[in-house]
Amino acid sequence: MPFIPHTEEDIRAMLDRIGADSVEDLFDEIPADLRSPPLTGIPEGENEMGIARLMQERAALDGMPSNFIGAGAYEHHIPAAVWQIATRGEFYSAYTPYQAEASQGTLQLIYEYQTMISRLTGMEVSNASLYDGASALAEAVLMAVRVNRRSKAKRVLLPGALHPDYRKVVKTLIGNQGIDLVELPFDETTGQTPVDALAPHADEDVTAMVISQPNFFGILEDVDALTGWAEERGIPVIAVVNPVSLALLKPPGEWGTNGVDIVVGEGQPLGAPLSSGGPYFGFMTTLKKHIRQMPGRIVGRAEDADGKPGFVLTLQAREQHIRRSKATSNICTNQGLVVTAATIHMSLLGDEGLTRVAEACYANTHALVEKLAAKGIKPRFTGEYFHEVALDFGGDAATRVQAMADAGVLPGFELGRDYAQLEGCVLACATETKTESDLEQYVTTWEQAKAA
Amino acid sequence: MSTTDANLIFERSRAGRSAVAQAPRDHAATRIPANLQRKSAPGLPAASELDVVRHYTRLSQKNFSIDTEFYPLGSCTMKYNPRACNSLAMLPGFLNRHPHAPASHSQGFLQTMFELQEMLKEVTGMKAVSLAPMAGAQGEYTGVAMIRAYHDARGDTERREIIVPDAAHGTNPATAIMCGYEVREIPTDETGDVDIEALKAAVGPQTAGIMLTNPSTVGVFERRISEIAKIVHDAGGLLYYDGANLNAILGKVRPGDMGFDVIHMNLHKTFSTPHGGGGPGSGAVGVSERLLPFMPIPHVIEAEQGGYRLAEESDRPQSIGRLSAFGGNAGVLLRAYVYMRMLGREGMVRVSEFSTLNANYLARELAAAGFDLAYPKRRATHEFIVTMKKQAKERGLTAGDVAKRLLDHGYHAPTTYFPLLVPECLLVEPTETESKETLDGFVEAMACILAESENDMETIKSAPHNLPNRRFNEVAAAKALDVVFQPVDEGDDNAPRTGTHG
Repeated sequence: MPFIPHTEEDIRAMLDRIGADSVEDLFDEIPADLRSPPLTGIPEGENEMGIARLMQERAALDGMPSNFIGAGAYEHHIPAAVWQIATRGEFYSAYTPYQAEASQGTLQLIYEYQTMISRLTGMEVSNASLYDGASALAEAVLMAVRVNRRSKAKRVLLPGALHPDYRKVVKTLIGNQGIDLVELPFDETTGQTPVDALAPHADEDVTAMVISQPNFFGILEDVDALTGWAEERGIPVIAVVNPVSLALLKPPGEWGTNGVDIVVGEGQPLGAPLSSGGPYFGFMTTLKKHIRQMPGRIVGRAEDADGKPGFVLTLQAREQHIRRSKATSNICTNQGLVVTAATIHMSLLGDEGLTRVAEACYANTHALVEKLAAKGIKPRFTGEYFHEVALDFGGDAATRVQAMADAGVLPGFELGRDYAQLEGCVLACATETKTESDLEQYVTTWEQAKAA
Repeated sequence: MSTTDANLIFERSRAGRSAVAQAPRDHAATRIPANLQRKSAPGLPAASELDVVRHYTRLSQKNFSIDTEFYPLGSCTMKYNPRACNSLAMLPGFLNRHPHAPASHSQGFLQTMFELQEMLKEVTGMKAVSLAPMAGAQGEYTGVAMIRAYHDARGDTERREIIVPDAAHGTNPATAIMCGYEVREIPTDETGDVDIEALKAAVGPQTAGIMLTNPSTVGVFERRISEIAKIVHDAGGLLYYDGANLNAILGKVRPGDMGFDVIHMNLHKTFSTPHGGGGPGSGAVGVSERLLPFMPIPHVIEAEQGGYRLAEESDRPQSIGRLSAFGGNAGVLLRAYVYMRMLGREGMVRVSEFSTLNANYLARELAAAGFDLAYPKRRATHEFIVTMKKQAKERGLTAGDVAKRLLDHGYHAPTTYFPLLVPECLLVEPTETESKETLDGFVEAMACILAESENDMETIKSAPHNLPNRRFNEVAAAKALDVVFQPVDEGDDNAPRTGTHG
């Protein structure tokens, strides 16, 4: 029997010991009228060889197109060691480190992760991760409302240039909390969120404000000016950032005069494959003074009975398994395995490697824009961008995007899905995985799609 | 164990060292405006590839895991995670697929997800299944948010309470609060079932629904579930099924047939996707007919022109919305699909049969070895509770002591002090993938601890002795918080102690 070790003799001996005639007798407390019909809708079992063949066929069916879509999930090279070590059984098949003495591997790794992500974002403390970037933002909004006790309005400013699906997720996850989400318009020329957009809220009771750097269009925001506006009014700021960009960009801990209060983002670019959207992880860092309002697991250094250092889950009194209905969140797990991969990934790259990755992403996207400019395609916005850019494909964009896909190039994310005024624009990203000939292929498939 | 084992990766770092093979070629400096640029390097580790591989391989060896130890952690279903599930979910075609790839480049993935939805519908008896929730707790949120959306859509807005038994997982009441509800707790009777009289007294026009786990967290099947369903439905409330214990009943009884309106499944439990040191999970949700319009998006559906596509906002205007930026933990779902296909319909039933056989055998053997079962007159399901109340009173041997001493014997501890209503409890879940010999070995270790407690409590109280660390002072750790490494700064007396700083 697959994955079940019992021999006929074992079964007999165990039933005898229990005092039951058959395994079926063990289910005699389930009322007869509730018993399940045969599961005819499930196929018969497959052996490993059979299922391997099927999965290989399915995976091959989706092809291996040259991908220039980013829009929140980015193709990066992942060193071979990352997932080889992350999928060692000792990491892969362990659970949440409730028994600290038997979980020092996972606990120390998370402590190292917390240190790395705090340093990268320029903040003081981190949790052990949340589900993904979007749900981490929803948790950050709830946290900011708890932190800003002075505010009565529960009003949170979200940029229109924030990832549209992040805005939707925030709405889903905090929709029943009576929080007012106010959208800030972006400048349709530069693609930035102008400080002017904040003017109507200058005298309002604002509970928290979100800044995305880069924003969804890849554009760099004037983070100091935006943060400064909030600082003058004592409004907590939540930063949403791409962790790879932070090798080059000013960390949120240094924005404005004193830095932001909470930083969140999608951890996927740090060692998680695209994998159809998950599993990724959301990171969250903050200031020491807010740590008791932070959701999720936190690992702390501790001493054992011999005075030997080690690591434990700490501040558990915030969590659902202790506080139940009074917890900071209902979150139970984090994204442990993906965080394991990310920690190994960051250790292998180091400052130098991550900087080179970020520079290569920047260089490749800018090189692609130059090549396309020569063919008459211009960026939609004038603002400076990091590794992603909105390209104006024109009215027949949808047809051209599909034609390019059919030719083996996914040219980008169609912005018209979420922004009516950006119909015909395609958000493209060329990371460090793209070579000169990949960029050339983009241009030639674009030309062929245009001619077709 | 050498002292260097305690070193952090940062303490192994040396300026100028790096895993160069992993980085792209150097590129020219960017034209990012100076005021937006980072001024100083973040301070990630500076280590060679071998340093990193050795460090994290050694760390892994400090973990207990299913692959290395028996791990009878109740309520968590720590069964073997077949290796094929991992390797097949990590085929390059799956790993490289962008979540926004067009339908023309997604049919292999979408078909697989559609079939997974169909199989999960079959084993749960629900009308439709959503794969969007990224963990059990998010599945719970999804379910209760749908209950709320259902009442709201009917203009039935006075229902403000969710009923939760006192034995429930902590995520249940925490979820109800996140959905804007108040929580009303009801007691469990002495046989482990819901106290029906208390339930009758609790329901009313204010009841939005009830969150139940069946088998319950005390390890017994709720026999009067049909009666409970009728009471709650008659009051206009809906029934939420916490699928944490689905392993116990797979193929034997289905939540849909028990009268539940919405359920979540923990794919990382019942369908054997890895626990990964605390995630990623996957909390697929099943719904009854009346909740169909409120299901989260995206959701895989059959396309009008053949093949499959994702349902979006326009397909489901009453949806509670999106739960993640990209639609769920796809890699976890692929693993669950492979697992279900390998087991097939016969294998599904074997899961509940052998997990129940193992639990009942282990309960019987532990009782024979002198341990008290919390519900000795009931059948165990896939798990059961041992209470140390008597031994704790007689000689101070607590559930926590047994847990720590078990680690010395090479067994991960059962879940301790949950559920909260049974004093000094150990919640034991052996799962179906463990052999009789393993269970017998565990009983021997438990008996050994019990015998030891008669003449050497000191050794037990100070356990574990054979692990990298002894018991920790968690109170001190929470007071002097150190959650991020800071190198020792000479002359700063307040800096944390860190051993040798590189």
